Amino acid sequence: MADVVEAKKYLGQPVERVEDEILLMGKAQYSDHLPTRAGTQHAAILRSPHAHAKIISIDTSKAEKIPGVVAVMTGDDVKEMSEAFLIVLRQPINQWALAVEKVRYVGEPVAMVVARDRYIAEDALSEIDVVYEAMKPIIDQEEAISDDAPVVHEAVGSNVVSTRDFTYGEPDKAFADADKVVKMKVRYPRNSQTPLEGFVVTADYHEGENLYDVASNYQGPFTSHPVMSMALRVKNSQLRMRTPQWSGGGFGVKVQIFPYVVLICLASKKTGKPVKWVEDKLEHLSAAAAAPNRLIEMEAAVKSDGTVTGFRFDQQDDYGAFLRAPMPGPLYRMHGILTGAYDIKNLSVTNRVVMTNKCPSAMVRGFGGPQMYYAIERIMQKVAIELDMDPLDVIRKNLVPAGVFPYRAAAGALIDSGDYPAAVEQAVDEGALEALIKRRDEKRAAGKKYGIGYAAIVEPAQSNMGYLSNILPRDERQRNPKGGAVANATVNVDPLGTVSVTADSIPQGQGHMTILSQIVADVLGLTPDHIKVNLDFDTAKDAWSIATGNYSSRFSSATTVACLKAAEKVKAKLSRIASQTLNVPADQLEFVDGKIRDPANIENGINFYRAAGSAHWTPGNLPDEMEPCVRETGSWSPPELESPNEKDQINTSLTYGFVFDYCGVEIDEDTGEVKIDKYVTMHDSGTILNPLLAEGQVHGAFAWAVGCALYEEFVYGDDGSFLTGTFADYLVPTSWEVPEPQIVHMESPSMVTPLGAKGIAEGNCMSTPVCLANAVADALDVEDITLPMTPSRISAMIHGEEKPPANDRPIAAAPIKGEGNVLRGTGETFVPAAPQEVWNTLLDPEALTAVIPGCHKLDLVGDNSYEADVSLGVGPVRGRFKANVGLSEMVEPEKATLSGGLIGSLGASKGSGHVSLSASDGGTMVTYDYAIELTGTVASVGGRLLEGAAKALVNQFFQRLGAQVGGAPVTGGEPWWRNLLRSLGLAK
Amino acid sequence: MPQLNKDARHTVTMTLNGDEVSGYAEPRMLLSDFLTHEIGITSCHVGCEHGVCGACTVLVDGTVMRGCLTLAVQAEGSTVETAENLASDEGELSELQLAFKKHHGLQCGYCTPGILMSLTAYLKENPKPTEEELRDMLSGHLCRCTGYVGMVRAVLDYCENRTD
Repeated sequence: MADVVEAKKYLGQPVERVEDEILLMGKAQYSDHLPTRAGTQHAAILRSPHAHAKIISIDTSKAEKIPGVVAVMTGDDVKEMSEAFLIVLRQPINQWALAVEKVRYVGEPVAMVVARDRYIAEDALSEIDVVYEAMKPIIDQEEAISDDAPVVHEAVGSNVVSTRDFTYGEPDKAFADADKVVKMKVRYPRNSQTPLEGFVVTADYHEGENLYDVASNYQGPFTSHPVMSMALRVKNSQLRMRTPQWSGGGFGVKVQIFPYVVLICLASKKTGKPVKWVEDKLEHLSAAAAAPNRLIEMEAAVKSDGTVTGFRFDQQDDYGAFLRAPMPGPLYRMHGILTGAYDIKNLSVTNRVVMTNKCPSAMVRGFGGPQMYYAIERIMQKVAIELDMDPLDVIRKNLVPAGVFPYRAAAGALIDSGDYPAAVEQAVDEGALEALIKRRDEKRAAGKKYGIGYAAIVEPAQSNMGYLSNILPRDERQRNPKGGAVANATVNVDPLGTVSVTADSIPQGQGHMTILSQIVADVLGLTPDHIKVNLDFDTAKDAWSIATGNYSSRFSSATTVACLKAAEKVKAKLSRIASQTLNVPADQLEFVDGKIRDPANIENGINFYRAAGSAHWTPGNLPDEMEPCVRETGSWSPPELESPNEKDQINTSLTYGFVFDYCGVEIDEDTGEVKIDKYVTMHDSGTILNPLLAEGQVHGAFAWAVGCALYEEFVYGDDGSFLTGTFADYLVPTSWEVPEPQIVHMESPSMVTPLGAKGIAEGNCMSTPVCLANAVADALDVEDITLPMTPSRISAMIHGEEKPPANDRPIAAAPIKGEGNVLRGTGETFVPAAPQEVWNTLLDPEALTAVIPGCHKLDLVGDNSYEADVSLGVGPVRGRFKANVGLSEMVEPEKATLSGGLIGSLGASKGSGHVSLSASDGGTMVTYDYAIELTGTVASVGGRLLEGAAKALVNQFFQRLGAQVGGAPVTGGEPWWRNLLRSLGLAK
Repeated sequence: MPQLNKDARHTVTMTLNGDEVSGYAEPRMLLSDFLTHEIGITSCHVGCEHGVCGACTVLVDGTVMRGCLTLAVQAEGSTVETAENLASDEGELSELQLAFKKHHGLQCGYCTPGILMSLTAYLKENPKPTEEELRDMLSGHLCRCTGYVGMVRAVLDYCENRTD
């Protein structure tokens, strides 16, 4: 147990952020702004359009000939130059920085171009010819475990790559003795908080030193540092990782830069030049990282009074195509606290790790908590429904009681402090729950669908570095035990008494600089603006360890303590120096207002800067055996973070906060929209270091959680197409969708960290999705709730599945339903030429070349069968395609059926359509319909953009046809993308 | 609009935050890339590159534009304003910026300059928006950190108490 430091002058106050001024001026240098050496080249990455395919051949010769291209690399180069990434499991799941032999998800890097600038590099991507042999993909996690499912990693032989069973207490007895067993099956979707700034990596290989110098917005944990250095076949010290002070959001996701760090390092080594790569948003959404989707089958053993005596979990996490370190963290990070906020002694758990043909999973804010609490808090509501009890009473009945802390939970979490029953009652009171219940009654009496939801969760922070050990059998993990979680910070006082601080926290906007300046100002009796905190980071110079980085809310309980220790060392040293001058024992001196003085005689003091300066200017006068200069590093690891014991118990995190939420939602029966009418969130996060910043973390977590509950999901087609590749498809909440929650605070200082502070930034990611789901379940009186609760899903629950729109005209033969995106359209257009002329043009390859937008070449390859080479682009997706089109059912000059497909590096499509021509007003009325099925990268640009683009393309085709037939120049029309931008309101 | 050779680099000259600047751009170069990598300013942040997130928002001849949906050559001869222009010449934050600081209206700061530029234009048209109007306007920007609470409070406070 740590000694708890009492509250001070600045700590605990809503001090405004020292970060803000430069950010508000727009002068902060993010990774893309860092200076690069002259001659720096730029990389672009060719990605797989297939979810699962063999790579038959890659021809890079055309790309290499483009002026400005310095190298094109493929999986063969990467395999020769590097090792496969180390993973946590002992399984043959080999991954390199580029795909080797096979691709396993849409978006997987297949080849890389390094060129003078990014524009040239992207041009060259479309000149790389990759021949794939498509394989059947496996997308659904439940189908993935069946024996006849396609296998993602043949060498493993199964898509289930790890299964572990755990038992705590006597779950079988608890279930046998139960009055009732409540069962539930829930699914949590794939999502990510998607930082606005994407990944940025610049690597510079220093040949003489065999050293890779990397600047990136990597956020740690530095457990991945050896993964990178081993892949690069160098010692840790030969991979210098630097991170700038400013990062445009992280949310866990930016650990997943590490494969790209290795890739760009290899590019630099191969070309002998510094190489920079900046990820774009399509790359990010499709291929950066996703929280694993999870399937949980859960059971609760229940007494008739509502007491829950046991839980059984069967958890199956879908990690996508590869297991990248620190996966499968989300399945194990919460392990010690699997009983949540409840006093439940009996527990059994089965954890399964499943692979599918989706983007590899990663750290995302909440890290396993949203999934786990979705199951626990849904089943607690169901317990109440089955016992005909109030859901809040079931929560109350089972909470860990007051006065038992520290409390050892069944699976090993050592809950440090709290008073859960009091926190619930305070929230009920301050949030006016009674009035909310009355409001629900009134709404329902008026015929509205209104519901109330509750959620009580424990929010862990500062992960035990041994938390993943439980995935290994006992004897194996005992050979190499892991535990602890080291934090580092350094406080320096220069010759003029200026104080500077560095630390290993690598923030992405959380305000760490402000908090550290508050801590040091309090210890040294200075003002925060006197403390210059610099949180850029450099493994070659800063103190760091494997736990270094910004994740699992480790800052408040860990880095702050290292900083406190460093500041106290500085204080002790300066006290000894001042003691010589002041003739007062060092331990009796106080640091106040820039002075070191005797509290009994405050006139007897010296200036802080003078005491510090003497360690630089007159080191000969220092007390005996004191080293010169003032630079102290604090390192700290809490003893409570032990390795898992022989009973598989593990204290997975250091601190455990408590969150209790309730909310009222009203559902619009016509639109299916879920309107959050009121939201109350109670947080006991221990001592609050800065209320302004703490509240900001709650608001931010809440906003993302609203997104998870209502909008955000990475969607895949059955064929593995990624369908949410833009922010017009992956919908994130705006200011319009996020209400302001009412925040209620309670402070139970943690006894295991000297400042008493726990994590606060992840709680709502865990509590809010399930709280909203419970409210919707209450409003609609249903059990099966699927996140995100989009209007279409809610409508389907109220009104039944939507029927396809009725058409007054026959639509072209529909491609197979459910395979990727299907675009449909109909239209008519007037062409000022006779039907026969139009018909002739449609059959003339030369004329068609001029008419088809983006067509480079068109050949007749058979009877009424054409092959074309076309460039097309929609939104962020641009590429070159081979098209095959055939005409059939031809009635000259009246009608024809077109069918065919496109294939290119960005995906494929097949489709069909009808065209009919009729004479009208001296010209021809052309009537058409089409249905096009898209797969691959193109399919990720869903909905609005694609439909608009298809319409614009078809319109342009007929405009150009009219011009061609009429003999007018074809070049007069505006490019189709301008029409599209205009239709989206983005251009004049 | 003049016809430009697509393979050539063209001189683009504009008035940026009161100063005349010029650089080279191929016709396809985005304004956001031009401002960041050719001119060297740091406030035009590229978030989504498809016009949804708003992090690259700048004012071109007083009109709110997405830097990622505008070509650099389109801004030839224009007056461009970015967030670097909001503080005083002496480096003091504007009242709107100070309100963001006071109400913790930003965290990572990546979306902030774009939001400030949209607000600069919007508050000229509508100096005292209701919260509903303000949230409607802000919905043209994405912020992944803050939940928008601090920035809404900041703007409402600023509009209520501004002296500038």
